[in-house]
Amino acid sequence: MHGTRILDEADRLMTVCNSCRYCEGLCAVFPAMEMRRAFSDGDLNYLANLCHSCGACYVDCQFSPPHEFNVNVPRTLAVARAESYAAYAWPQALSGAFTRNGLVISIVAALSMAAFILGFVALNDRAVLFGVHTGPGAFYRLLPHNAMAALFSAAFLYAIFALVMSVRAFWRDIGTPIGGRADGGSIFQAIRDAGELRYLHGGGVGCYNEDEKPTDRRKLYHHLTFYGFLLCFAATSVATLYHYLLAREAPYPWWDLPVVLGTLGGIGLIVGPIGLFIAKSRRAPELLDAQRYGMDVGFIAMLFLTGLTGMLLLLLRETAAMGPLLALHLGAVFALFITMPYGKFVHGIYRFAALVRYAQERRGEAGS
Amino acid sequence: MSSKYDVLVIGGGNAALCAAISARRGGASVLVLEGAPKFYRGGNTRHTRNMRCAHDAATEILTGPYTEEEFWEDLLRVTGGKTDEVLARHMIRESKDILNWIVEQGVRWQPSLGGTLSLGRTNSFFLGGGRAMLNALYLTAERLGVDVEYDAEVTDLVIEDGMFLAARLKRPINGETEIRATSLVAAAGGFEANIEWLKQYWGEAADNFLIRGTPYNRGSVLKMLLDKGVQEVGDPTQCHAVAIDARAPKFDGGIITRHDSVVFGIVVNKHSQRFYDEGEDIWPKRYAIWGRLVAAQPDQIAYIIFDSTVVTSFMPTLFPPIAGQTVAELAGKLELDPVALEKTITEFNAAVRPGTFDHTVLDDCVTEGITPAKTHWARRIETPPYLAYPVRPGITFTYLGTRVNKESRMLMADGRPSANMFAAGEIMAGNVLGKGYAAGMGMTIGSVFGRIAGREAAKHARN
Ligand SMILES: Cc1cc2nc3c(=O)[nH]c(=O)nc-3n(C[C@H](O)[C@H](O)[C@H](O)COP(=O)(O)OP(=O)(O)OC[C@H]3O[C@@H](n4cnc5c(N)ncnc54)[C@H](O)[C@@H]3O)c2cc1C
Ligand code: SF4
Ligand code: SF4
Repeated sequence: MHGTRILDEADRLMTVCNSCRYCEGLCAVFPAMEMRRAFSDGDLNYLANLCHSCGACYVDCQFSPPHEFNVNVPRTLAVARAESYAAYAWPQALSGAFTRNGLVISIVAALSMAAFILGFVALNDRAVLFGVHTGPGAFYRLLPHNAMAALFSAAFLYAIFALVMSVRAFWRDIGTPIGGRADGGSIFQAIRDAGELRYLHGGGVGCYNEDEKPTDRRKLYHHLTFYGFLLCFAATSVATLYHYLLAREAPYPWWDLPVVLGTLGGIGLIVGPIGLFIAKSRRAPELLDAQRYGMDVGFIAMLFLTGLTGMLLLLLRETAAMGPLLALHLGAVFALFITMPYGKFVHGIYRFAALVRYAQERRGEAGS
Repeated sequence: MSSKYDVLVIGGGNAALCAAISARRGGASVLVLEGAPKFYRGGNTRHTRNMRCAHDAATEILTGPYTEEEFWEDLLRVTGGKTDEVLARHMIRESKDILNWIVEQGVRWQPSLGGTLSLGRTNSFFLGGGRAMLNALYLTAERLGVDVEYDAEVTDLVIEDGMFLAARLKRPINGETEIRATSLVAAAGGFEANIEWLKQYWGEAADNFLIRGTPYNRGSVLKMLLDKGVQEVGDPTQCHAVAIDARAPKFDGGIITRHDSVVFGIVVNKHSQRFYDEGEDIWPKRYAIWGRLVAAQPDQIAYIIFDSTVVTSFMPTLFPPIAGQTVAELAGKLELDPVALEKTITEFNAAVRPGTFDHTVLDDCVTEGITPAKTHWARRIETPPYLAYPVRPGITFTYLGTRVNKESRMLMADGRPSANMFAAGEIMAGNVLGKGYAAGMGMTIGSVFGRIAGREAAKHARN
C-alpha cells in the first residue's frame, strides 16, 4: 500500500483514530486527520511531523497495548517522522546519514574539531597557540577573520541550501494544491505555535514522561535549548554586524550585546540539552523510537558541546587556554552546521512547515 | 494497606472513583478494589466520551441552556415512563453541580468539535476521552490519599442482616484475603460481560452478542448483593444495545465498531429481508434501537446495504465496507441468497418516491407501497459498487441492579435501608433507566450517585 511498513501502520492507526476521534482536542494531528478519509504517503508524513510527541494520545487511548487494537500513535508517528527526514533529504545520496546518525555526527564532530586544532597548530607556532591574547582582534591572531568568515559562511550556506531543498520536497508532498504557496497569516500562526510549543502540552496538562502523570519538564528544556540556540545565533549575527558595520573586533567586553546574548544562549544550550537528555532516558520506552536514539542524542550532544565550549571560551578567554578552546568551539559549531541537514535539527524545520500547512488548512476550513 | 478502612469501594470506574474521592474529602480512609489489571482499570468508563448534565446557561463548552425540566422530559421519553421519578429528578438536580465538581477533581472538558454528534448543547465532552478523564480521577484520588489495588477481584461479601462486614478477594499475587470496612460502596458495573448470565434471559441468542466494553464487568458483585438480600430493580432483559460491526472483537471493541449508516441505505437480515423502518428517527434515538432489532433477527446478524454515493456522508469506519460491483456479487460475499437480495433492493428502489434529501432533519424522502416503509431519507440504491456492513447486537451495559434511595443507600428486600451499604453507577442504573437510553446518562448516573454514595458512606463511617 504505502512506501514503507511504518506508513502502513500509520495508515492503520489513522483509520482507527478517524473512527474514534476522542483525541481531537489534544493537538493538531487529530483535527488534521479528520479532514481526510484516505491517507497518501505525503499526508502521513505531514501528520507525523505535526506530532510533538507529547504522549497524551497514548496515555488517554483505551486501545493502547495490551489492547488488541494496539494503538500507539506517538511511537508510530515518531518512527514515520524520522523516516520522513531521510525520505526528503537533499542530496538523496546522503539520506543514509540519518540511520547511522549518532555515529556520523560523532565522526564529523571529532574530525571538525581535530581539523581546527591542527589548522591552528599549522597556522601558528606553539607560543601563539598557548599564548595569552587580549583586546580586540585577539581571536584573529589564531585564525584570520577572513578565513573564519569564509569557512563558516560556506558551511552555513551549504546547510541552508540543503535544508531548503529538503523542505521543498516535503512541502510539495504535503501541500494541496501540490506545491502551493504559504500565505503570511498561516506563517505567522505557525511561528506562534512553534514559538510556544503549543502542541507539546498534552492537551493542557503537560507532557507524558515516565508514566500517566504529566509534567511540563520537556517543554521547559526544549524552550531552553531552542531559545538558547536562537540567542547564540543572534549573538553571532550581532557580532558580524559589529565587525563589518562598526569595525569593532571580537572579543567584546562582557556587557556588550554579543556577549550578553551569547552568555544567555550558552546557558540555555547547556541546561536545555542536559534536561532533554535526562528526560529522554527516563521516558517510558513504549513512547520512544528506540532506533533513532542515536540521532536524537547525537543532536543534543552537538548542541551541548557548542554551548559548553562557547561558555568555557568566554570564561577562559584571557588565559592560555583560549587557543585550544577557540579551536574546539569553532570545530563544534562547524560540525553542527554541516550535520544540520542530516540530523535531528531538521525536525524543527519540518514541524514548522507542517504547522504552516495546518494553519492554512484551518483557515481554508473556516473560510469555506 | 491498613487493615481496616472507613470506606471500601468496589470497582474502578467513574462511579467508584467519584465515590472514593468524595468519601476521602469527607474525611474517611478509603480503599478502592479494582478487579482488572491496571491497564484495564475503569471498566466501561474507559470507553466513554461525554456526560449529560442540566445547566441553566450556555458555557464555554456547552452551546445553550439545558434545563432540569428538559432533561426530565428527555428521560421520560426514552424510558417511556419507566423510571423512579423521585430519584431521577434528584439526579438531574445534582447533575448541575456535577459539571463543576468533576472539573474540581481534575477532569477537563473540551469544546464539542465534531459535527457528527449533535450533542453540543446537552452533553459535555471529556478532553481526550474517558480514559483521560479516569487518569485525572485516579491522580486526584491518589493525591488525596486513597489506596487503590488492581487485580483485586472481590469474590465474596460478608453481609449480616443488611450490614456489610467484610469483602473477600482473590489476588493473583497475594492470594485470598479478607478486608473489613465500616461502609461499603458497590460500584462494580453491570453484568454485560457475563454471557452465561445474559443467556438466562436471552437464550442461546446471547452467544452472538458482542460486548462493547470491558470483559471485567461480570456482575459478580451485583449477584452477591442480590443473593444476600438487597432489593432488585429493573428488567434483566433491558440494556443499552446498538448495532455494531460483526467483525468487532467479542469484548472491548469500544466506540469505533459502531455504525451510523442505517439512514443512508437499508438493513436486511440473513434472509435478505428488510425488517424495520430505517428512516424512523434521527440520532441518537436511532442509534440506540438497532441493537435490539438485530438481536431479534435469526442468528442475530443483519447487513446495512448502501451504494457508493453515500460513503462520505457518515463517519469513517474502522472496518471497511464489503463491496461488490453487482448486487449478486455483494450477496455472494455476504453469503446471502443473491436472488433474494436483488429482489429486496429492486422492490425497495421501485418504492422510493422523489423528495428533497436532508439527513439533518426528518425529510420528505419516503417509500410507498412496501412493508416496512422507509419513512425518511429513502433514496435508491443503484450506483455500484454496492456496499455493506455486517452488524450484530453490541451490548453496552445492563440495567438490572440494586435498589437505592436518594442517599444512594441500598434498600433491602423488605424495604429497609441498609445500615452501611451504598451503590453507584451501572450497578444501580436500573433505578433511573427502566429502559431506553439518552447519550451521556451512564456517566451522569455514575458521577452523581458516586459522589453521594461516597459522602454518605464517609458520614456513616465517621459517626
Ligand atoms: C463503548 C462505550 C461507550 C460509552 N460511551 C458513553 C458516553 O459517551 N457517555 C456515557 O455517559 N456513557 C457511556 N457509556 C456507558 C458508560 O461506560 C457506563 O455507564 C459507565 O462507565 C458506568 O460506570 P461505572 O463506574 O458504573 O462502571 P465501570 O466504569 O464499568 O466500572 C466498573 C468497574 O468494576 C470493576 N469490577 C467488576 N467486577 C468486579 C469485582 N468482582 N471486583 C472488583 N472490581 C470489579 C471493573 O473492572 C470496572 O473497573 C459507554 C459505554 C461503552 C461500552
Ligand atoms: S489515540 Fe486512541 S483514543 Fe485517541 S483518537 Fe486514536 S483510537 Fe481514539
Ligand atoms: S502531539 Fe501528543 S497527542 Fe498529538 S499525536 Fe503527538 S503524541 Fe499524540
